[in-house]
Amino acid sequence: MSWLQRPATATQITHAARLWLYALAVAVMVFLVVPTLLVIPMSFSGAQYLEFPPKQWSLRWYESYFASAAWMQATATSLKAGVLTALLATPLGVLAAYGLQASRTRFANALTMLLLTPIVIPVILIGIGVFYAYVKLHLVNTLLGLVLAHSMLALPVVMMVVSSALKTFDMNQERVARSLGASRFQAFMLVTLPQIRFTVATGAVLAFLTSFDEIVVSLFISGGDHSTLTRNMFNALRDQVDPTIAAISTLIVAVTSLLLVITQALPRAKPH
Amino acid sequence: MTSASAGVAVDAMLPSAGAPPNARALRSADAWERRRLLGLVSPAVVLVTIIMVVPVAWLFYLSTQSDAGSFSLEHYRRMWEQPSYARTFVTTFQVSALTTAICVLLGYPLAYFLSELPKRTANLCMIAVMLPLWTSMLVRTYAWLVLLQRRGLINSWGMSLGWWDEPLALVHNLTGTLVGTVHVMLPFLVMPLYAAMCAIDRDLLKAAANLGATPAQTFRRVFFPLSLPGLSTGALIVFILCLGFYITPAVLGGGKVIMVSTRIASDIELFFNWGAASALGVVLLVLTTLILFVASKLLRLEGVLRGGGTR
Repeated sequence: MSWLQRPATATQITHAARLWLYALAVAVMVFLVVPTLLVIPMSFSGAQYLEFPPKQWSLRWYESYFASAAWMQATATSLKAGVLTALLATPLGVLAAYGLQASRTRFANALTMLLLTPIVIPVILIGIGVFYAYVKLHLVNTLLGLVLAHSMLALPVVMMVVSSALKTFDMNQERVARSLGASRFQAFMLVTLPQIRFTVATGAVLAFLTSFDEIVVSLFISGGDHSTLTRNMFNALRDQVDPTIAAISTLIVAVTSLLLVITQALPRAKPH
Repeated sequence: MTSASAGVAVDAMLPSAGAPPNARALRSADAWERRRLLGLVSPAVVLVTIIMVVPVAWLFYLSTQSDAGSFSLEHYRRMWEQPSYARTFVTTFQVSALTTAICVLLGYPLAYFLSELPKRTANLCMIAVMLPLWTSMLVRTYAWLVLLQRRGLINSWGMSLGWWDEPLALVHNLTGTLVGTVHVMLPFLVMPLYAAMCAIDRDLLKAAANLGATPAQTFRRVFFPLSLPGLSTGALIVFILCLGFYITPAVLGGGKVIMVSTRIASDIELFFNWGAASALGVVLLVLTTLILFVASKLLRLEGVLRGGGTR
């Protein structure tokens, strides 16, 4: 009996009767993965017009990226904003997650909802709202404004990651530390934080990526000397398809994958 | 969990009425400490309030101001009267509904396929589903632009293979927009659906087959109903995210597919019309909230608002 005629599940349907299912599932996975991967070989193409597979290989698009003052400035802004956002959003998110977890009041649920709203509200609305506020506060086109807005967006991400770790953390360990004379702050720093440090690091990486990847809010509030990489890319995409973007995209994919591999490789806090 | 039950135990040991002074002092110290702990949340609350709550509330106010600066509902009235606004909303709902439908048609078989694979293989395949989520939306949008444009890969391949003679208009229209939005949204459908399907007890299918059901009947009457909560959660998330989608329609729609978000952006960027943009934004937010609220009541999706936890 060939594989095709064998039953695939308990319902006794044969593999042959649902080859279409396998074909469709594989096709959908190809649809999900291939477009992104195609960008990589195309960034090494030597031709002005995009072709696949490229007839000649070159690094000219990488050269044009690294030689461009505008792209370099935008990259520097995005990296700076990302690092500063991670530095601001991570402590705020950890504090908030810890406070909400430890206080266990009814009020805490309402506050959790409030802090998670940036995820639910359409981002375009946040974009123009922040833009309007920044015009009044003279924060448009500044690094500070960018970092504050991105931190607000990254806060829920950090909070969700850290709260899920705190939920499996046995708070009695802190009680023991405090009964032995440690202050709440010492107990947190010496007992809790070391055990959730990898989760906190994951939160920080995700905060960086939230900022680095952010487009809509940056479109409105960044510009001039503090234009972000995503803003420049978006504008370039609306005008014409410049192969330099393939090179930038490849670099972004490489950096993002590296960071995500790092977060996946970090050991998880073990539940007790 | 342990800490919560410990807290309950302590509370139970502290009778409130006629308690000895020591117990009362302990109780008030506990309440005070809890409030102090809540203070740790305040920096985050201040940030979210100043950068998001106040500006969005300010937009609500702006949407009720006439150009002369007095209270009026003219922006809302104009939205009601001008057919171009109605078209924008129709387009938005059309794109969202079509995207959701295509995601269901493509995502359901994929999730089903994945849920039957051995765990290790399934995890490997899940990388394919997650990869788009991890790559920048601009990179993916760029990739589609390259594939779909007039001189793009699909057109040049199709014509060199003799499938069609003239370059097809695949981008800067509804087709391009849908391809891009489906690509972005599919993971949001597949993930909750896959989780729901994995939780289905396969012995039920055996029982159905044992009782004489054909494979089609087993699927229709046992498996599909059980997968419905996961499917509706995923579809709702996709629909809601689509309503406010900006980047992909703006680039792949090429100015021809005008969704609410793209219209809000052009009201601000081109016309500096804060009143009109705010009114549109308010309607978008109210619609989104309303749909989420009604759907979560209908489908009992308490978890959706809290980021997908189902407990």
